[in-house]
Amino acid sequence: MDYFNALALIINFIVIPGLTYGSQLALGALGVTLIYAVLRFSNFAHGELMSFGTMICILFTWLGQSYGFSFSFLPTALLFVPIAVIFCVLYCIVIEKFVFSFYRRQKADPIITLIASIGVMFLTAGLIRFIIGPGDQSFNDGVRFIFSVRDFKNFTGLEQGFGLKTTQALTIGTTLFLSISLFWFLNSTKTGKSMRAFSDNEELALLSGIDPNKVVLVTWIIAGSLATFAGVLYGLDKIYKPFIFLQMLLPIFSAAILGGVGNPIGAFIGGYIIALSELIVTFAYKRVLGYILPENLAPDSMMQFLATDYKYAVSFIILVIVLIIKPTGIFSGKTI
Amino acid sequence: MAFLNATEMLGGYGETTILNSCTISVNKGEIAVIVGPNGAGKSTAMRAIFGMLRLKKGQIMFDNQDITNLKPQERVGLGMGFVPQTNNVFNSMTVLENLEMGGFLNNKDIDKNIQDIFSLFPILYEKRSQTLNELSGGQRQQVAVGRALMTNPKLLMLDEPTAGVSPIVVKELFQKITEISSKGIAILMVEQNAKQALAIANKGFVLVQGENKYTDKGSSLLKNKEVRKAFLGG
Repeated sequence: MDYFNALALIINFIVIPGLTYGSQLALGALGVTLIYAVLRFSNFAHGELMSFGTMICILFTWLGQSYGFSFSFLPTALLFVPIAVIFCVLYCIVIEKFVFSFYRRQKADPIITLIASIGVMFLTAGLIRFIIGPGDQSFNDGVRFIFSVRDFKNFTGLEQGFGLKTTQALTIGTTLFLSISLFWFLNSTKTGKSMRAFSDNEELALLSGIDPNKVVLVTWIIAGSLATFAGVLYGLDKIYKPFIFLQMLLPIFSAAILGGVGNPIGAFIGGYIIALSELIVTFAYKRVLGYILPENLAPDSMMQFLATDYKYAVSFIILVIVLIIKPTGIFSGKTI
Repeated sequence: MAFLNATEMLGGYGETTILNSCTISVNKGEIAVIVGPNGAGKSTAMRAIFGMLRLKKGQIMFDNQDITNLKPQERVGLGMGFVPQTNNVFNSMTVLENLEMGGFLNNKDIDKNIQDIFSLFPILYEKRSQTLNELSGGQRQQVAVGRALMTNPKLLMLDEPTAGVSPIVVKELFQKITEISSKGIAILMVEQNAKQALAIANKGFVLVQGENKYTDKGSSLLKNKEVRKAFLGG
């Protein structure tokens, strides 16, 4: 019985939050990796694109709520994600037209485009502060739990239990759906294959008659949509904080690089590895060990490897280790 | 007038002139081979004909049309196919996907063309689901040629198709190229294996410093003493 209690604790504090956070990172990393593969630069503005999409979603949710819209037990915000996606994609197209297309025509070094993307990041961050302000916004109005820890305890009679939040289930489900759709798109449709061809060998793609403008446009549409979904799901699960998206760049890029930058499957798996590592390292194992170990060996301290404040250090350490040992990442990246 | 007629081409990269009034022509069903020493401008002539190099002077006529100022993509649309010397396949994609990408602009014949290419290169059918980086050099060249054939070109341009493949495969590739030309496609290629290439060529161009030094039938060039001594190693 004690082992079940320990297992329930681990599921409640590591597995479920890890899969949720991992899904959010995976969606972000997929966008980053796609931009890298097709447009050949690291888009530092991706975090702010997530923020931008979420902001639009929140604004429309407020508008909708004032007209009495609701989505029964699900968060109202989900109704407005499609609108937010459209706005975010339009914003991507605007920055593509005014900033990135210039550097592509110049055949600029990727590092220059990267610096331009940092500019876009600050611009977008400023715009967001201007429109919605720097404060936190909570916009989740759905039913909080599918089943709570108490439900679980009552049902099983265990001392410990785990719960599943609606937003956690939504995040994991949506991510799986979006990722599978993306992989299907890239591997089975003509447009998807032409994106892979363009990423693999740009000159030959042009010789084969693939339209570069269309490839670039489709890439931004996908990146903008993924960013909006990632941001909204993160905001629903935790809270919308305009400042958090700068910090999220680190785990997102770590995930993309760990998986092999430019490789979508790598980005997807990298997201989960980063998230689970953060939680495994910062979780306090005192209670788990209390159940597993004999009574006289039960620890007094928190049994925590690293304080939660240092969770970003975990992705940083993983990033450094990957860059030293295997810079191409798990799935040898660079092309999609 | 020949099917492809590139006359008096003058051009190069930046200030340096590589092509000096170079003239190349080829007819349907013919194989024309450009040979010459290193740095003679053979590949540059190919790039110029395909529109990847801006000419300072000269005219390129293809199928009775002046294509001197067209972009490479537009030339593909008119029926020119090009197999570059390097990076001529999509490495991370499968054989089948490579062929599909070759026929990107040509939706209706795609399945028929893939069947034709598989009957021309049967080994590719066996390897159709493998990615290109799992294939041998010769097989990759077959994919490269196959990809260019997917657009139903009337002129196929090959830049050193046999570079870096084994002698047995060279022989096989030349055989396939003859087979392609017998279908009425004009073939223009640059070759290092000059003797073997001239043996199958209807027409040979010997370039030296961007100029035509000798132009004759392939078999005549092979018999020409001066050409043999200077360019074919005796």
